[in-house]
Parts: sequence; structure tokens; C-alpha cells
Amino acid sequence: MSVNEESREIRRRSWRDIDLRAVAPFAALVLLLIVGALVNPNFIGLTNLANVATRSAFIAIIAVGATFVISSGDLDLSVGSMVAFVASLMILFMNSGAIADPALMLTAAVVLTVIIGAGCGLLNGLITTVGRIEPFIATLGTMGIYRGLTTWLSQGGAITLREPELQTLYRPAYFGSILGVPVPIVVILAVTAVAAFVLYRTRYGRHVVAVGSNSDVARYSGIPVNRVRTIAFVIQGLCVAIAVLLYVPRLGSTSATTGILWELQAITAVVVGGTALKGGAGRVWGTICGAFILELVGNIMLLSNFISEYLIGAIQGSIIIIAMLVQRSLVRKS
Amino acid sequence: MNSESVDAGTTVLSARRISKSFNGVQVLFSVDFDLRAGEIHALMGENGAGKSTLVKILSGFEQPTSGEILLDGNPIKLPPNGAAEALGIVIIHQEFNLAEHLTVTESLFLGREVTRFGVLDRKYMRSEARRVLDLLGSHVDENAMISSLSIADKQMVEIAKAISRDARVVFMDEPTAVLSREETNFLFRQVRKLRDQGTSFVFVSHKLDEVMELTDRVTVLRDGQWIKTSRTAILDGEAIAQLMVGRELSSLYPAKSEPNVDEETALSVKGLSTGYVQDASFDVRKGEIIGFSGMIGSGRTELMEAIAGLRPRTAGEVVIKGEAVLSGDVHAANRCGLAYMTKDRKSKGLLLNSGMMANLTLQSLDKHGKFGYLSPSSEASALERARRRFDIRVRDGSVAARRMSGGNQQKLLLAKVMETEPDIIIIDEPTRGIDVGTKQQIYHFISALARDGRSIIVVSSEMPEVIGLCTRVAVMREGQIVGMLEGDEISEQEIMRYAAGLKKKAAA
Repeated sequence: MSVNEESREIRRRSWRDIDLRAVAPFAALVLLLIVGALVNPNFIGLTNLANVATRSAFIAIIAVGATFVISSGDLDLSVGSMVAFVASLMILFMNSGAIADPALMLTAAVVLTVIIGAGCGLLNGLITTVGRIEPFIATLGTMGIYRGLTTWLSQGGAITLREPELQTLYRPAYFGSILGVPVPIVVILAVTAVAAFVLYRTRYGRHVVAVGSNSDVARYSGIPVNRVRTIAFVIQGLCVAIAVLLYVPRLGSTSATTGILWELQAITAVVVGGTALKGGAGRVWGTICGAFILELVGNIMLLSNFISEYLIGAIQGSIIIIAMLVQRSLVRKS
Repeated sequence: MNSESVDAGTTVLSARRISKSFNGVQVLFSVDFDLRAGEIHALMGENGAGKSTLVKILSGFEQPTSGEILLDGNPIKLPPNGAAEALGIVIIHQEFNLAEHLTVTESLFLGREVTRFGVLDRKYMRSEARRVLDLLGSHVDENAMISSLSIADKQMVEIAKAISRDARVVFMDEPTAVLSREETNFLFRQVRKLRDQGTSFVFVSHKLDEVMELTDRVTVLRDGQWIKTSRTAILDGEAIAQLMVGRELSSLYPAKSEPNVDEETALSVKGLSTGYVQDASFDVRKGEIIGFSGMIGSGRTELMEAIAGLRPRTAGEVVIKGEAVLSGDVHAANRCGLAYMTKDRKSKGLLLNSGMMANLTLQSLDKHGKFGYLSPSSEASALERARRRFDIRVRDGSVAARRMSGGNQQKLLLAKVMETEPDIIIIDEPTRGIDVGTKQQIYHFISALARDGRSIIVVSSEMPEVIGLCTRVAVMREGQIVGMLEGDEISEQEIMRYAAGLKKKAAA
């Protein structure tokens, strides 16, 4: 009798802790959609939602990378500055006219961007692991470095893509669509699908979670802890590079203020998505959901007249705190 | 009865029918215990007998599930977290409770600093600290940082701290484990002096000779139950040991099978030094179970971690099946077929928030797919195999490791290590904190592995375990292998002689 009850109790408890945390962000998303529809009927229209999703692309893609870094127990504060820095270098390269053929030039620029992004991530990773500096401090440092270099490159102003031919060629990368779906949304889905596969279905993904949940256990299990952490930073850098590849064709220009506070939004998206900030549990699809939620909140504020849209930063800040409170109360219940 | 209580003094602290359960597992069963004024009372029992739990309950660190505690004959609910010190009940912890960055004086007066007009009276505190240390015959500098002290000196400071609190009742949990004979003598002299002034001591120890030498009465616990309380003088060591064990040892341990003398050498360690460990050399043959005994802190774990490549070595070499392995290279050691199973399953062995499968395959993911891709079905069948092989009993396979019992966790950890298919397995504390039934199972697993031709190193602080399992026993003391026992030499007394430094092997 009592054994039966106990087993039912255990089953119910494990139900709760496995599912609630994963489901919570999606439930919040649905709730937001309902609230949005009530506020303004235009909100729920496909055009508006596609717009929101498209605009969330930068943060969503960066946050996918942040999911790896955070799951492995680290933190990267430099992503916003890194976007500005990588984008500046990409535009400067395209402006240099080193390659005459526009298509070839664009290909080279894309490859270069990916390499620079990965390199910036590698630098963060090496400072953290080989230099044994807290990731918070290490990436606070590189955040200043990347931002400062961008300001210096742009001499305090903007860096603009000058070649009109290149502009026309590159424009569809943000404004185009594949089978009716805007390119940025396709890229989000592709990046997330790959990331989910890596995190859930590969040895490396398992290692990331093991390192984040207890690095001693990982070390005693023969996992190369520092390599796993460094690769997570490189993945973050690659995601930043992909975000830059979408960002540059949008405006064709960057400035010293590009990407400011994006690190806050990326981390918020990850946490809202149900990934534990202290590492050990990564939820890639939850992260995407978190990025949508952030953008949706902004959108609802814009479409409604309740709250000034100037308060958006304050609202996003509140969301991260609420998300942490919810996460903790879910943990405590289990 | 009457005459005895008169000549032995009045009861200060007593426990009446104390029971205690942790998470539904009962560890104390209606235990009675009484401590008289001015006596030294030994509390004995095997590991897991419930000594530490009883001490924690009598000092307020744990509350009993049922039963009552009487102080001076009056029922009392002891305040938690060491607040019982105000009542004169002090505990000297087995794990040190000293803040590394304080000086000796600051440690002694931590939480009850002496002030004059609101300002710390350092001069007075220093002289008082000196006085107490002198009383103990300790040469520790009262201005030294705790972090600069040796383990023995830290223990002395811990003891001085207790004594300086004008304690009426002092609990000492294995206080001599890290002390030299000379330091132990100082301590005992001081304890006797305090006893004669009316202080009562509870002395928890495994060392029979010290119990015989120091204590007035002995209480023996076994499997959480009170067995006997008696005057020490009318018992001998043999009788106490009998009371502690109480069951046939032979049923607990499988029959030993010795490997052939000409069996090949699986692991050879030559002159290994790392940190505290110096110049350790030994060989392990195929199919052999070799034990490593010694006091806590004698360097056994450091040595094993260095062999497994988990910590760098400063000198010496490790040869696994004829192949020399580089220092600090876990992968090379694993590749050669050596695996180390940590004693610390909760913080170094298992991912407590993950399920059984993620834990089981963590060390051997290469087996479950190609190019880094993991095959869920391959992992699932590995889990099914391991559950059957090691009898891991969990109702629901998805349950997180933290919800499993200690015994099941230990079996899971063993299964995880065995997934790497090692030929040489170092098992550090194979049965720490698990029940007798599971212990027996684990002993049989170990024995079966050895019969399979694998070599096993068992590091254990539980002497019966080493004696019951191993055909050879190495004893470590202060970072060195001081003895290598074989056959009939393997006995508790003999191991203790080496471990305590009374005996040393002739030449290496």
C-alpha cells in the first residue's frame, strides 16, 4: 500500500522536475501570444509574428551559442562587443576592394567573418581556461577590448559598406526568403537544429553538460575539461559570426554602439529558456523560445499604449529576474 | 548499583532510547548512553555502527527522531549548530573546523572574542592562547596562521579550542588519527588531568590499545544498536573486538583466491613521488586483489590519483602491462586499461542531477557511436546490462542519481568505471556509507572481477574489509609505503603497528 503510494509519489515528482522546467518557457510564450492578441488584433497576424521572429534572429542565434557556454558552467559577456568588432572587420574587408569579383569577394568576406568570430571565441576560451581567469572577468575584459577596437576602427563614427554592387548581392541574406519563409527565420531554425543535435546527440554535448554540472566528476571521468570549455566559447564565437552575417546586409553599416547590451539579452533568452545559469542543463529550443519572448514583449509594448516603449530595458531586466525566481521555485519543489 | 554510582560520580549527560532515521533509513535503534562526571567513556563500533550519529545527537548537531536527552538529570532539547557549547558541551570534530586564514589565537577565540571598551583585547587573548597551548604541551606558535600548521598541530589547536571553553563534556571523534605517539601521550596526559578536575570525555576511536589505555568505561554499538556498556578494566581488546563485529566475518567476504606466483605483472609502480607521497613502489599481478591500508591522510588517495594520471607526479614511473605511462595523463592510463574509482561518489563520481544512463556511459561514450554521434539504443542496452550485472535496483530508470540510495549509487559508480572495460581497477573506499547487504554484494563483485583476471587495488580505511578481501596488504604512513603484508601476517594488529609507525619494513 504505502510502497505503492510512495512509488506514485516518486513518479509524480520526477514528472514535475523533468517537464515543468522545459515546458515553462513555451507556456509563457503561448500566454504572451494570447495577451498580445487581446491587446491588438493585428498582433496575432502572420506578418507581424514573422516580423518579430525575423527581428529576434540576432539575439536568438547568439543565445544558442550562449547556451553552450552557460551549460558548460561559464559565461560570455563579450558577445555584444564581438558583434560590433566582427561586423566592422567584415565591412572594412569588403570596402578594401582586395578582390574585384563581387561574388568572390562576398564569399571571402563570409569565410573571414566566420574565422574571426571563431578566433574571438577561442581567445575568450583560452583566457578563461589556460589563463584560469573567472569567465565573468575574462569576458568583461574582452568586452572592453572588442568594443574599444571597434570604436578605434570607426574613429567613433560608423563603418558603412560602400560598394553598391556588393550591397545588392548581399541584401537577400537578410531581406530575402526561402519558400516564403524569411531567410533569418530559416537560419534560426537551421542553427538551432544543428545545436540541438550537437548538445543532445553527440559525445561533445554530453561532455558539455557533464563539465557544467560538476567539473570534478568530468575530470575523474577522463573528460578533457578545459578543451570542452574552450570549444564552447568557440561555438559562441561562430554563432556571433552567423549573427553578423545576417546583421551586415540589414543596415550595411556598423558603429561603436552596435550590439550594446546584446549580451544581457542573450543571457536573458538562455535563462528564460530554462537553462540553469550555474551550468549542467542546456535547453537549445528553450533558448530560441526565450529570444522570441523578449522580442514579443517589446512588440506588445509597441502595439499597446499601456507602457512606454522607452521602458523596454527595464522590462527585459525584470524578465530575467522573474525567470530566475520561477526556475528556483521549480527546483525547490522537486 | 548504588555503591557503583557513588564511587563513579553522578551522571552528567545521558541518552534515553534514542532513535534516528535519515530519509527513512534508521541508523540508531533505541540507544541508551550515559556519561558520568569525571570519566573518560569510549564509544566504539565499526564504521556505520552509529557512533558519529550518536555523538552529533548528544552535542546538538542532530535532533533524535525519538527518545530524550538528559542533562544533569533533566530532559533537555539541545540547541543546534554548536550552540550547545554554551551548556559546556563541546565537540572536537573529525574534520577540522578551522578557518585557514586566521591565526591560532583568532581561531581559539572565534565567536567569543574578548573585548575592552568594544576593542579587541589582543594581548589578553594571545596570552590566554599561550597558556592553554602550554597546558597541552604544544609548541604551536599562537601567532601562526592556521594554514601554516601541520595536520597534527591543527588537531592540537582544535583540542585547545575545546579545552579553553571550560567544557563539562568533550566529545573527541578519532582525535589521535593524525597524531604521533608523542603527541598522543601529551593529549592523554592532559585529558586525564582535566578528567580528575571533573570534566567528562567521550572518546570515539578505532584504536583498541588507546581505548584500553585511556578510558574508564566502554560502550559498544553495532549496526545502530546498543550492545554493551562496561568498565574498560574488566575487558580486553579481544572481547571488545568481538562485541564490535558480532557476526561471522567469513559470510561477509567471498573466499580469497590467490593468483599464481608466476602470473604476469599488470601494474608496476617504481619510486613514485607526488606531493606528500614519497618513493612509493609496488607491483600488482594479474588477477590479484591488493589492499592499501593506513590512516586517513596517509597519502593513499594521492598515490592512486597519481597512478591514474589524475595528478602529476614529481618522480618515479608507472608501467601498465609493460608500457610506461606519462605523468598526469589520464587518457594514457585509461587506454592502457587502468581505471580509478573515486571514494567521493557524490562530488567526484556521479552527476547527481543526471539520470543513470548519462552517468553510466559518461566515461565510455566512444563505445556508443561514431564520429561523436551517440546511439540511444546502444546506450540503453548498456544500461540494461549494467543494471542486471550489478543489481542496481531503481524503480524508474530515469530517476536522478541524487535520489538513489548510497548503495545503488555506489553500484552505479562501479558499473560506470567497469564500462571502460579496465584490466586494472583502483577502488578507493569501495563501501563507504553503504549498508551491510550492499557491502557484501560489492565484495563479491570485486572478487568475481579478480577471478576474471583483472587486477584490483582496494584502498580502504576499514581494516576488516582489507583483511577480508586482499591477498596482500600495503600499509601507508605519512606518504610512504611502510609495510607489505602477505598471508597470515594480514591482521588488524599487524596493520595497526605499521600504520601507527611502531614497525617499518626492513628495506624497500
